[in-house]
Amino acid sequence: MDLRVRALESLLVEKGYVDSSAIDRVIETYETKVGPRNGARVVAKAWSDREFRAWLLQDASAAIASLGYTGRQGEHMVALENTQQVHNVVVCTLCSCYPWPVLGLPPVWYKSAPYRSRVVIDPRGVLEEFGVELAPGVEVRVWDSTAEVRYLVLPQRPAGTEGWSEEQLADLVTRNSMIGTGLAKQPRAGAAR
Amino acid sequence: MGGLQSFGPVEPEPNEPLFHAPWEKRALGLTLAMGATRQWSIDQSRAARESLPPATYLSSSYYKIWVTALENLMVQRQLISREELADGRSRMSPVKLARTLKPEDVPRALAAGSPTIREAQAPARFTQGQHVRAKDWNPFTHTRLPRYCRGKRGTIVSVHGFHVFADASAQGRDESQWLYGVRFEGEELWGSFTTASAVYVDCWEPYLEPA
Repeated sequence: MDLRVRALESLLVEKGYVDSSAIDRVIETYETKVGPRNGARVVAKAWSDREFRAWLLQDASAAIASLGYTGRQGEHMVALENTQQVHNVVVCTLCSCYPWPVLGLPPVWYKSAPYRSRVVIDPRGVLEEFGVELAPGVEVRVWDSTAEVRYLVLPQRPAGTEGWSEEQLADLVTRNSMIGTGLAKQPRAGAAR
Repeated sequence: MGGLQSFGPVEPEPNEPLFHAPWEKRALGLTLAMGATRQWSIDQSRAARESLPPATYLSSSYYKIWVTALENLMVQRQLISREELADGRSRMSPVKLARTLKPEDVPRALAAGSPTIREAQAPARFTQGQHVRAKDWNPFTHTRLPRYCRGKRGTIVSVHGFHVFADASAQGRDESQWLYGVRFEGEELWGSFTTASAVYVDCWEPYLEPA
């Protein structure tokens, strides 16, 4: 594949269709600027700021854009709130649709056949493979990203984090908790405020 | 592939790197840079990936699928030839492209994205709370209605607006339609063989009929 892609790039550069330094900048954007830390900041703010949370749940595109996270594969955002009663989990059974501005590029498992085929029929079984066991009464909602709407899960805020700063809270927000295949991390006992 | 079985367990990779080989980075960048030339829509590039023969599709890594689809799109549009691809040397004169992605435009282009919402051309046929049925929708061309919900009953939970219709866009037609969030109960989709309470699918209006 290495040779094949090199040949393709050199051909397209020679024809003037692409500029290699533009490609460098695309890669650099997703390696250094756009990733799940963005989403973690959105979640931490929603946990800390009641008004922002309401805005996020009502108009996620605008609320997320207010923090500077916009663009490709996140043009139309919807936030899904996880509660004691409802657990949301996101997939794209058709390809690999994923909210890039807040989560970056999707991991391999998200794009893989096992996840895409099974999470819509057996989400609890899939969640167990991620080490997440939900109580029997919890309603499990699976969101298949079939159009250009992209979904961000708002995980439950862990207990014992009262008074934490947004920056501290963001450290508890994992990528998987924003897809719905994980929960937010629990604070370590005696963690400093 | 929703609901297909026997692919085995999901295997998350601990501390997964963003890319697994240097060529994957170039594949991403090339795909986005060629997308920016607007020689095809995102739906045409998805169609190019998903219309690969199933055995090829299922046995290829994700970025390999991207590269294969990109090559096919470019050859179909006579931007390059198979002979040129073989050794990376240009033989025919290039097509003049109206736009290319310049390095200084990358941040703005990525931050702007390509919103698919359009001004409504007609009133929405369905409203929130309404019961609908997904049609038995089996076009020979690209579609975004998953097979598992075709013919099944659901409820409209949101009206997302008037969006570019993927089925038409994949055929190169500029057509938009109302887009709805539809909730399908787990049992309606899978009988008792499921742990899903409900599956939510975004459906364009032509996919749906009143139930």
